[in-house]
Amino acid sequence: MGSSRPGGAGLDSAGLGVRRAIGFVAPALLLIAVFLVFPALWTLYIGITNYQLTGPAAANPRVVGLDNVVEAVRDPLFTNSVWLTALFVLGSAVIGQNALGFGLAWLLRTVRPGLRRTIEGLVLLSWILPGTVVAYLWFAVLSRDTGTLGLLLGSPQTAWLVQYPMTSLIIFNVWRGTAFSMLLYSSALAAVPPSQLETARLAGASGRQTVRDVVFPHIRGHVLTNTLLISLWTANDFTPFLLTAGGPNHRSEVLPVLIYRQALESGQLGYASAMSLLLLVGNLAIALVYLRLLRRRA
Amino acid sequence: MSPLWVVRRIGFSVLVAVVLAFFAVPMLWLASAPFDSKPGLGLRWPDWTFANVVATFGHPYALTSLLNSLVLCVVATVVTTVLAALAAYALSRVRIPGRDLLLYLLLLLSSVVTGTAAMVPIFVMMLQLGLINSQFGTALVIAGGMLPAAIFILKDFMDAVPRSYEESARVFGASPRQVLGHVVLPVARPGVATIFVWAFVNAWGNFLLPFLLLRDVGRQPAAVLLRTLYDEGGSANLTVIPVFSLLYSIPVVVLYLFVNKRYGFRFHGGIKS
Repeated sequence: MGSSRPGGAGLDSAGLGVRRAIGFVAPALLLIAVFLVFPALWTLYIGITNYQLTGPAAANPRVVGLDNVVEAVRDPLFTNSVWLTALFVLGSAVIGQNALGFGLAWLLRTVRPGLRRTIEGLVLLSWILPGTVVAYLWFAVLSRDTGTLGLLLGSPQTAWLVQYPMTSLIIFNVWRGTAFSMLLYSSALAAVPPSQLETARLAGASGRQTVRDVVFPHIRGHVLTNTLLISLWTANDFTPFLLTAGGPNHRSEVLPVLIYRQALESGQLGYASAMSLLLLVGNLAIALVYLRLLRRRA
Repeated sequence: MSPLWVVRRIGFSVLVAVVLAFFAVPMLWLASAPFDSKPGLGLRWPDWTFANVVATFGHPYALTSLLNSLVLCVVATVVTTVLAALAAYALSRVRIPGRDLLLYLLLLLSSVVTGTAAMVPIFVMMLQLGLINSQFGTALVIAGGMLPAAIFILKDFMDAVPRSYEESARVFGASPRQVLGHVVLPVARPGVATIFVWAFVNAWGNFLLPFLLLRDVGRQPAAVLLRTLYDEGGSANLTVIPVFSLLYSIPVVVLYLFVNKRYGFRFHGGIKS
């Protein structure tokens, strides 16, 4: 919003003044600097040392340069983890949440209001319930012998989280995170001009044709925004730790879980920091693309 | 009504039913297991009893941890809301030198530096400061993580508050403090309430940071305790876990219902709980 008053002084409508304004911003910035900026920068330093949780390297960490990064790239556990994280992001966010979120937003336009509210409510609830509770809910679905999925499919002997850990995590995360995509696409679809949808209907276009030729051009920007955000969140999600803790035998050890296990279970703080650094760089790449998009739209 | 139409209609209903089941079935456990005489990790019609509820209230750490959650959450939420509101207002109304760069960096920070990516340095920092097991310290770490996004969302709200209100108040001789307290705050209340609820839900569910930083079971919040509820035999304590999960979920569900009724789930940029 531009100020319509001359001189620009009218911007400061409460008469706060620059000095007091800085005083208003300072406490928040201080907290952000101490607990967010400093740790991020410190990752750089810890990542080039052999710092450990216990032992001689805990008292006197030594700078080892880029050794940690080189070691990580050669470490089969790390490459395995990067691959699993990519699979997790692609399967559960880029494809799963995106498709189901759009599908729900599209379908629910034509559903009775009561049913619509029920479905939306359930989808939102799965999004806001605490992670630890949600983990138990899914143990009850996927566990052996008594699990709901085993009962429904008539194969109670299957321990889903042990036999198919990544597939289970991907389906779980679709359930957990679809709400965001649904909300975003609902508001995007509301901006598609109804007259164009009506024209498509009169011209006898099928649902698929309508989505492709009429709806998609309007929401292309939203698809990109949504995909970037949910990818970023999924890559940084710690909930897989609550469900499988990386197991069995590293088969579901996505990057956040690997970092935790290296840092606090093996005590390799320096090495884990080097891995975090690679995650930070990945986040930065996605965020920069996202901010460019935002700016172009503005 | 052509046959094709009927087939389509049936297909549509089946689709809706499948989606409904996918989202509803996992949650049924939260309704059945707490009141079942033999609660397990599975779904069945409960053999109704209140014994689990009694056992949960008798558990030495259950209620303490809920109280810990409340303390952690209230401190983190209040700090986030107050500091974000002050900063967002100043950034919305006053052209502080370097403002646009600052806003850009805040937006970048809020998405790049996540708890997972920064867990090692945060843990080391708190260890060296002697703040492991400090609830207040943990609350501040959580608040620091939420602040950039909170400032950004609130600034959008503040930008939408018409400046003319403040200007007229000043014409009538109100001091900056009066303008803030009597004009700006009441008008910006929906935004502040949104951030309050968002921060509360986020902090309430946060597992990683308290798990890293609070090692003493007497100080751990519900998120961490729920993860470590074992019975004497070393297996998951299924008498307490279901009831405790339910108790722990109630505040979030109540807040959700309140927001849904009062404001509806509108879209505010990058809100995620």
